Amino acid sequence: MNLIERVIAISRRRSPWICRLNAGSCNGCDIEITPLLSPRYDAEQLGIELHGTPKHADIVLISGTLTLRSRQAILDIYDQVPNPKAVVALGSCPSSGNVFAGSPLVLSCSLDTVVPVDVWVPGCPPRPQAILDGIARAAKLLEDGATKSQLAKSRLAGSQPESRCGRPS
Amino acid sequence: MNAVWSYLVAIAVWPGLLFAAPLGWLELWFMRKLVARLQGRQGPPFFQPFFDVMKLLGKETVIPRGVSRGIFLALPLVSVAAVTAALAIVPLPGNPVPSLPGDVVLLLYLMEVPVLCEVLAGYVSRSIYGQVAAMREAILSLAYNLPFLVAIIAMAQVAGSFQMRALQEVPYGLVHLLAAVTFLLALPARMKLNPFSIANAEHEIIADSHIEYSGPPLALFKLSHAIEVVLLTELFAVVFIPATPWPLVNLVVYLVAGILVLGGVTLLATTTARLRLTQAFRFYWVWGGLASAITMAATLVR
Repeated sequence: MNLIERVIAISRRRSPWICRLNAGSCNGCDIEITPLLSPRYDAEQLGIELHGTPKHADIVLISGTLTLRSRQAILDIYDQVPNPKAVVALGSCPSSGNVFAGSPLVLSCSLDTVVPVDVWVPGCPPRPQAILDGIARAAKLLEDGATKSQLAKSRLAGSQPESRCGRPS
Repeated sequence: MNAVWSYLVAIAVWPGLLFAAPLGWLELWFMRKLVARLQGRQGPPFFQPFFDVMKLLGKETVIPRGVSRGIFLALPLVSVAAVTAALAIVPLPGNPVPSLPGDVVLLLYLMEVPVLCEVLAGYVSRSIYGQVAAMREAILSLAYNLPFLVAIIAMAQVAGSFQMRALQEVPYGLVHLLAAVTFLLALPARMKLNPFSIANAEHEIIADSHIEYSGPPLALFKLSHAIEVVLLTELFAVVFIPATPWPLVNLVVYLVAGILVLGGVTLLATTTARLRLTQAFRFYWVWGGLASAITMAATLVR
């Protein structure tokens, strides 16, 4: 690893820009993100900036129950994030569906089967400290080149089996 | 040193890219830190603007479908080149570029190029938000350019010459103060800071006109903004701060004056809320117009 690559790798950890994606959340997790930017938690100390567009983001925070309608939106927005990128799943909903599991319009599978998730932040909703920790861990993974999308890229293409979950068969 | 070399040195080293990029990052960090401290936060680490640009340089570029690849990638390059060339004209102490007759006009033209690039970037991106931002930027530039141009042209009128060095050597007087106030009126809008951050209103239209940009082109736009901040503050210092006979003292005075101006503008940005486009336009054509008229009148009755 030469000097410039090393500087870029450090910069990835020191400047993670995040983008929120509400996949059908009750808004609880999204409300817990806003204190991160407030004086108490001040995420800017870690270089975290909240951006509205996925084109500027490094880390996508996906919150909420996955629904039949949001599946394609998640895939579209994930594809718009330029590489290298990381995904942080906020709360219990993306992993299990939480209290909404089994509802007719809710996907009965975890977010991992739709996009590769790097960090899971449990809680309903997770505390702001936990979200901050999750973002910091994802940023460290970006530095090490160890996010799932980076690993899949460094291996040969097609190493991740396509999931059929939630697709109209 | 012949002319070509002196231009190359001025654009690449001093006061161009090699000097302006770190100074721009320092000034951007200062602004962000000041905002954070005024809001009771700790604020970003010292190297944050540098890390932001380096990270963007290491990212992939996503070009939206249906967008002309050439113009999409050329706009940030043109923007950086124009602001760097503009900075190379500013007669900072030790600038190797010879003073040309009419370089004030060249400078003012070059300073419009980044604005044009932003407007075009918004329109070529095919994003509706980018187009709204481009429209806002274009309309706002019609407003803030009235006091901005008048401030510089009034100084040229006093100096009797459109030459930067002549502007610098004007004996200090009332016109300086009036023109400086007029210049400062236009500064927040030129820097896209808060009462006039209408074109980059992140809560209304998500981002500014480079909403579809990512990776190295976005890094170039960030770099262009950093150099533009240096250019505007140093232009203010060079034209409106009285020069001493010692170049080194001048340099320190100019840098300190630039930081002070930035501090004032940032203070204004943190204490105000965003205006609407019509309000900003009316502000610049009423109060900016009034200040411009008084400044021009002062050049005549002097």
